[in-house]
Amino acid sequence: MMLEAYLLLAAALFSVGLFGALSQQSVVMVMMGLELMVNAVIVTAAALWLYTSPQSPDGQVLVLVAVTAMAVEMAMGFAVTTALFRARDVDMVDMAADLADRGGPGDHGGHGGGGER
Amino acid sequence: MTETVVFAVCAVGAVASGAAVFAVDSMARATFALLASFLFTGTAVLLLGLSYLGVLVVLMMVMEMMVMAVFMVMYMMNPAGLMPMSMVHNRNGALAVSAGVFLLLAAGVVLVPWPEAGGAPPADPAFALGEAVMGRHMLVMMLVGMVLFATMVAATVLATSRGRYDRYGDDLRREHPDDPIGGGLGR
Repeated sequence: MMLEAYLLLAAALFSVGLFGALSQQSVVMVMMGLELMVNAVIVTAAALWLYTSPQSPDGQVLVLVAVTAMAVEMAMGFAVTTALFRARDVDMVDMAADLADRGGPGDHGGHGGGGER
Repeated sequence: MTETVVFAVCAVGAVASGAAVFAVDSMARATFALLASFLFTGTAVLLLGLSYLGVLVVLMMVMEMMVMAVFMVMYMMNPAGLMPMSMVHNRNGALAVSAGVFLLLAAGVVLVPWPEAGGAPPADPAFALGEAVMGRHMLVMMLVGMVLFATMVAATVLATSRGRYDRYGDDLRREHPDDPIGGGLGR
């Protein structure tokens, strides 16, 4: 019964994080949503370890990998935010939508990278 | 019994402060709401008997949120909620998608017949984890180390404002790099 409770907690955290990652415009807030989603993976792996296979440490190794993924996500996310801000003065995801298919706000946000140093 | 109560408090607190991240109108408050959410989850992991990983999660999150607070100040659009502004797009669509995902995951959680635990957890789970990453799962440890190193290099390269064309000229033929501070090997 406790396993289901932990997995429901993880599902709720994942959904909240997904909502944030989908709806926020600031790059930093999108990263917060992603962190909540990775956090859900940590809870899931830890709960599955204890309640289904406590004798083999595979679940714990998965928690370790998720913690690393979170650190990498944070470091690379802030590095990309900084690079984007330096190149184009942009800190909103809508203004960095150059690769998007259809015309949108992204077509007006950028004024060419690399011009100003 | 105590464990159930503590877990319930942690679960409700983690989800509530996680939701508060996207509800409060200041990015600084959002950072600390996220920190609260991580502390609640870390406590839940501690309840599972993973004392080493639980403490690791808590310590890492505290440091990470301190770093995040610095970046928040750098990229803050709405300091301390002085000028409330909406920074969302397609809110209803995102709500619908995330609610749908939650219902799907919850259905899976309730409907899947989860296997029973085969035996008791080891006396020292941290010792078992250490044995695993230094033995059968050593590939994981090696990959994690490589990925972290690559992240350090890539993050520094991305975050610096000077590239090779600034240092060696447009045709990369400059004899000595043009650095604000001289030094380095062979100079």
